[in-house]
Amino acid sequence: MTTLIWLLPLPPLLAFFVILLFTNKRKALSHGIAVGAAGLSWLGSMIIFIRALGVEEFGKHVFGSSINWLPTGSTWLKVGVQIDPLSAAVVFFVAWTVLAIFVYSIGYHNFGQPKGDHDVAGLPPHGTTITEHGHKHTVPSIEPMYSRFFAFISLFAFGMYTLVVSDNLLTLFVGWEIMGLCSYLLIGFWFGKPSARDAAVKAFMTTRIGDVFMLLGIAFVYSFTGSLSFSEIFKPEMLQALASTPAFFGLSAAGIIGLLLFIGTVGKSAQWPLHVWLPDAMEGPTPVSAMIHAATMVSAGVYMVIRMFPLISAGWTEGMPLNTTMSVIAFIGAFTALFAATIAVAQNDIKRVLAYSTISQLGFMIAALGIGAYVAAAFHLVTHAFFKALLFLGSGSVIHGMEHWVLHTDDHVDPQDMFNMGGLRKKMPITFWTFLIGGFALSGFPVLTAGFWSKDEIFAEAFGNGHLVVFVVLAMAAFLTAFYTMRQITLTFFGEPRTKAAEHASETPWTMTVPLIVLAIFAVGYGWVGIPEHFPGLGGLIPNWFHEFVGGTLAELPKAVEFSWVPLITSLCVALGGLFFGWLVYHKVKSPKQDFLQIPVLKNKWYFDEIYNFVFVKPASWIAEKFTSLYMDQTVIDGLLHSVARFSLFLGHVFRNYFDKPIINEFLGDGTGNLVKASGSGLRKIQAGRIQYYMVVSMVVLVLFAVMYYFLIGGM
Amino acid sequence: MSIPLSWYLILAAALFSIGLFGVLSRKNAIAILLGVELMLNAVNINLVAFWRYLDPVNMAGQVFAVIVFAVAAAEVAVGLALIISVYRRRKTVVADEIDLMKW
Amino acid sequence: MTADQIIFLLCAALIIVSALMVVTTRKLIHAALWLVAALFGVAILYVILQAGFLAVVQVVVYIGAIAILFIFAVMLTRREMLDKGAQTRSNWWLPALLGLLILAGLIFLIIGQPAFGRTAAAMPEGVDTLRNLGTALVSPDAFVLPFEVASILLLAALVGAVYVASGNKE
Repeated sequence: MTTLIWLLPLPPLLAFFVILLFTNKRKALSHGIAVGAAGLSWLGSMIIFIRALGVEEFGKHVFGSSINWLPTGSTWLKVGVQIDPLSAAVVFFVAWTVLAIFVYSIGYHNFGQPKGDHDVAGLPPHGTTITEHGHKHTVPSIEPMYSRFFAFISLFAFGMYTLVVSDNLLTLFVGWEIMGLCSYLLIGFWFGKPSARDAAVKAFMTTRIGDVFMLLGIAFVYSFTGSLSFSEIFKPEMLQALASTPAFFGLSAAGIIGLLLFIGTVGKSAQWPLHVWLPDAMEGPTPVSAMIHAATMVSAGVYMVIRMFPLISAGWTEGMPLNTTMSVIAFIGAFTALFAATIAVAQNDIKRVLAYSTISQLGFMIAALGIGAYVAAAFHLVTHAFFKALLFLGSGSVIHGMEHWVLHTDDHVDPQDMFNMGGLRKKMPITFWTFLIGGFALSGFPVLTAGFWSKDEIFAEAFGNGHLVVFVVLAMAAFLTAFYTMRQITLTFFGEPRTKAAEHASETPWTMTVPLIVLAIFAVGYGWVGIPEHFPGLGGLIPNWFHEFVGGTLAELPKAVEFSWVPLITSLCVALGGLFFGWLVYHKVKSPKQDFLQIPVLKNKWYFDEIYNFVFVKPASWIAEKFTSLYMDQTVIDGLLHSVARFSLFLGHVFRNYFDKPIINEFLGDGTGNLVKASGSGLRKIQAGRIQYYMVVSMVVLVLFAVMYYFLIGGM
Repeated sequence: MSIPLSWYLILAAALFSIGLFGVLSRKNAIAILLGVELMLNAVNINLVAFWRYLDPVNMAGQVFAVIVFAVAAAEVAVGLALIISVYRRRKTVVADEIDLMKW
Repeated sequence: MTADQIIFLLCAALIIVSALMVVTTRKLIHAALWLVAALFGVAILYVILQAGFLAVVQVVVYIGAIAILFIFAVMLTRREMLDKGAQTRSNWWLPALLGLLILAGLIFLIIGQPAFGRTAAAMPEGVDTLRNLGTALVSPDAFVLPFEVASILLLAALVGAVYVASGNKE
């Protein structure tokens, strides 16, 4: 069993390498390998999940194994895998959503279509002109970088599986970072578009900020506890020690660690203030948006913070006021939920609405965790994964349908603008019904949708434990959620087609619609595994399996909150009211001018991007370009080098012209030559050829020698 | 005989010096040879004086002088022959003008 | 001052004066004639030194042959260098200086040797210098070899002089 857990992340990783190295040119083989790998991991996950279901008190008898990996002095740093109830539930939805998205991608990237006329790798495909029945028309063309896409999302799946099955912070962080890399690669998939490139960099940078703090937190954990394994960290004595040791800023060690790790989630799950990357990430292909923003990456952020809940809540028990870390978490979660919802109501792009919706829903989960509602947060995580993936894939289907016309006529209509749609429910029925189910689940439509049950549980926990501020804020956010969801559905599917593109839309192939249907089933049915016991009418019919199962992860099973009518009524009102108002307002609206919610501050995301640009980006680029590059590097350092060089040249010149040439060359070199020449030409005059001259010379020498001999050597 | 040896020697030295002067300073080649003759005669005077004053029985001194005579004669003959030959070619007897062996 | 000394001094004066005239006179033929006079004086000196044979040889060989040769040579080369203008080189002072130095050095050395101050001993009785000279010249235990070599030298000189002076074939 544990071998299977170790093997879970392996098939997508192998798929990544095989596709990248070997089958890059063969499209069918690539998607076959990718989907096959996703299928294998899905199979393994299902086996593990079913086995886990069969174990009594699974929380106490988790599946896991670890190995000694890094020797650290006399101990070892262990890494390993673990499936406990939380990770079993998470691996379940990861497996399904990943598989659905992989299959969907085949159709999304137009497999089976001919190659484009002037498609370039790096830009979205433009379509190709074919001659059919004697007249030409444009059909969608296959994505040029088809295999690469599957390689990347396989790597992405590998990252997520690694994160979910790991039993320690180290491999969790490894999976975390791999997903960060893949989000960069995939958001910037169409790298020919400058907006995609910028979005990819923005995503990576923003999540990086979170990751730095998270790494600090991990380091702190290790230095305090000497281990990174969850089982070690969550031992009661360890938690006790962490909670009671004071650290910085008046917080305990547990508090600081929790806060640092939470900042990682703020980045990865796009909470305020690090939310700015997620809407821009819509530049990537839609399966990527589904993957990143529903199934895997943002869920990983929430998963991590749910996993670390014992640490965050160390020293806290139910009924106590929240400790500082939890208060911060609850605040950021609730604030983000409302904040993002206000922006979503003013967006016209179908994917942008969903992006802000994701941010908002993640805020719900995090707020739930902040107030201590462990099970509710996990529940909402799972249900959100299903219906958000459904919604994204559905929006991709809608966009595909709209693009048929755009390709056909070169009519430059934005296929993603909801105000260009309308009446699509007749043209794309499967997409319509599945999207409707997803939208209702998002809004929290009572009883029939999973979103209702999970959201209701959050409300119940908030109200029941006295966190009224959080309750009210979340309720407002839920109202806005239902409102903008219905706005979206009305503008897209109801009414009459507003453009030719909408008139000519058609349903997408089965590879895209079947995953929608599968996810819709889960979006409806998954909620029923978490019906609270004391719910009027339905409660108690089916045991609250989710609460028992996932709650067992914690050392003590959390108490289910007492039933109260207030949260239930509130949730019904906001959900139904929001949906009704949304339909009411928008079924008459035909153009943005008639939309009274197109308020600039909302449309422009509360100007956060501009603020960040001014406060962070511009100073950073000033420092890089002006200060470091120009002043320090070019002027100071290069100046130093240039002056050294000039000085060397000067020295060289001096040496050459004042020393080498005159002294060595002319004086010593040529000088000796000239001296010899001069002395030679002087001395040769001795050879006068005249005898008497010779004789005089010899007589002189004779006299000299005689004198010398007489005086030096002595007389005769 | 009351003439000290040194007188002969001084005379020979003086004759030698005069001959040397003549050799070194006369332009005409024949005049140079005249100076050489003077020097040889000085040598001879020296030889004979020493012969007489030191050991008149041993004839080595006179024999030496005789040989010197022979040599002087040979030398004059050859030298003058050379000078005449050079005169025929170069039409000059000035020693300084015969300088083909110069640098 | 004995008679010998006076004779010697007169003879010395003749020699010196003649020698000086040899090296300084302008006309070359006069120089040759002054050489004859100097040689004559040397012959007288040989007589004083009781080397009579050498005196005769001096006169016959030196004056009779060598000086005559000089006169012949002067006459044969007469046309070229007329006896006008300076007969000594322009730097004659250097040889003069040299000569004086050598003279001074030699005189110094001679005077410095007390052994040279002696006078001649009388000639031993019964010594016939001429006969001894003859014997020495041809006696194998004496100087026959240098004598023969000298004669070969004279032969060589003869041949050489004839050849050099003939100059017919180029």
